[in-house]
Amino acid sequence: MIFLAFLVVVVLAALWVMGMYNGLVRSRNEVRNSWGQIDVQLKRRHDLIPNLVEAVKGYMGHERNTLEAVTKARQQAIQVTGDVAERAKAENVLSQTLRSLFAVAEAYPDLKANQNFLALQEELSSTENKISFARQYYNDAVMRINNKIQMFPSNILASSFNFQMEKFFEVEAAAERQAPQVKF
Amino acid sequence: MWELVRANQRRAATLVVVMAVLLFLLGYTLAEALAPGAGAGGLFIAFLVWIGLTLVSYFKGDSIFLALARARRIEKKDNPVLFNVVEEMSIAAGLPKLPEVYIIDEAAPNAFATGRDPQHAVVAVTAGLLETLNRDELQGVIAHELGHVANRDVLYMMMVGVMMGTIVLLADIGGRAFFWGGGRRRTSSRSGGQAQLIILIVAIVLMILAPLVAQLIYLAISRRREYLADASAAMYTRYPDGLASALEKISHSTAKLTVATRATAPMYIVNPLGVSQRGLADLSSTHPPVSERIRILRSMGAGAGLRNYDEAFRRVTGRPVGVVPFRALASAEQRSAVLPGAPQAGSRLERVRRTTDMLWRLNEYTFVACACGTTLKFPPAYVGREIACPHCGTVHRIQPTAA
Repeated sequence: MIFLAFLVVVVLAALWVMGMYNGLVRSRNEVRNSWGQIDVQLKRRHDLIPNLVEAVKGYMGHERNTLEAVTKARQQAIQVTGDVAERAKAENVLSQTLRSLFAVAEAYPDLKANQNFLALQEELSSTENKISFARQYYNDAVMRINNKIQMFPSNILASSFNFQMEKFFEVEAAAERQAPQVKF
Repeated sequence: MWELVRANQRRAATLVVVMAVLLFLLGYTLAEALAPGAGAGGLFIAFLVWIGLTLVSYFKGDSIFLALARARRIEKKDNPVLFNVVEEMSIAAGLPKLPEVYIIDEAAPNAFATGRDPQHAVVAVTAGLLETLNRDELQGVIAHELGHVANRDVLYMMMVGVMMGTIVLLADIGGRAFFWGGGRRRTSSRSGGQAQLIILIVAIVLMILAPLVAQLIYLAISRRREYLADASAAMYTRYPDGLASALEKISHSTAKLTVATRATAPMYIVNPLGVSQRGLADLSSTHPPVSERIRILRSMGAGAGLRNYDEAFRRVTGRPVGVVPFRALASAEQRSAVLPGAPQAGSRLERVRRTTDMLWRLNEYTFVACACGTTLKFPPAYVGREIACPHCGTVHRIQPTAA
């Protein structure tokens, strides 16, 4: 009888540990999967930029610096193959240059009437959104696994099976976090 | 997020079991009351009807539904902005596959989602919705719909809806059978009269009560799902105000959605059959009052997580128990919202534009957002009934009151 009770307790404990382990694996896969999502969108942005530069060139001859900045930032973003933090930094620079390109484009009415440009602008700004939503999902996933790795009792299991803390995809530089000011 | 899905699945299983018990009890007692000894047969018939309806709605439910709403499928080139918004939100919701997008050619702004699981998800919006909402609001609506998909609401509501339908159907058939054949049978049963009488009474009570109970359960679940989808939408967009102002616009629209029926109404984001008054209508409504949903979303303040929604829900409704399942809440952290005015607008031009917009509004100019991203502004003295977008040529109709 005592043996039976003991057996039940052992089986229940084993099931519990198993569930916890599976939870950790699930969280880790979620992080990887959502990083893949970000990657897809970043690549899409890299692919769209040459088209944009091509479409804009004819209209914005005077803005060579802006265009070059975009092209350069794209080159650098493609070349970075480091970890999450490094890529985030390069991609943020690219976001910044794109933003200034679109701001400058506002001053060219001909360009703003160009269908091709408008379509590209929609595609690119939507890709920006997709990147930020993918990043949001990724960061949530990272927080979930990091919580599990640090919190008791899953931390014991995590450290014995060597689960690593994951890195957040950080939001831009501090200056960008500020809300724009409206001046009259 | 899968904690929420799991909590839903557990709750779904419990309620489906409760309704199944109700259904089989009804089938058994009805048959037993009509013809003593035929209880097992009645059970079998109830089971067959239920299985049949479930299979049909599982495999064909979404196409039947889309056909009823007269929705047509569109491709990305037909409306790139809508497609992009759907794609953005399915990324935010972590859906495995991009949902199919359908359009309903109706002026009333509304939307729904269907499809039994995230692999077969469909979102449909009306043409009126696209015309009325700006991008942020559209995003809120799509996020709400994809929230239904991610939380497995569609499947759940379908299961419960089929149960309810079967119970109503059986009660109806039973009622007719009693009416036409009841008298003859009662005279012929002499022996075992007492047991037979009890069965008869139970059958009649069940016949009257079961459909009512089933419908009340169904409606309560439906309302709860709407709150949860709102909570999910706030979490996906991190911008509860977007959905709030979309709900405002949708509920202020006077156009009626002609394709909606009582059977399809629960699927829409806002009840297409008109807004119920508070009070008695509350229990018989598929949707929570829109004003309450808006107030909850607006009072989330700077938070956008499930926990923030739950707190706002309790604050606004005064109910002690929140709407987010406990298990999901335990693992849901607070999330901070994108503050209004902050989104991606860094450029000087964006700031100037916002300021001038404010001045236009002060002078009572009317704003019409075009699908291509342009905002048309025209003075209160403008008398024309329609205006063409200078960029893409879309002709917008203007409400007579605005002109």
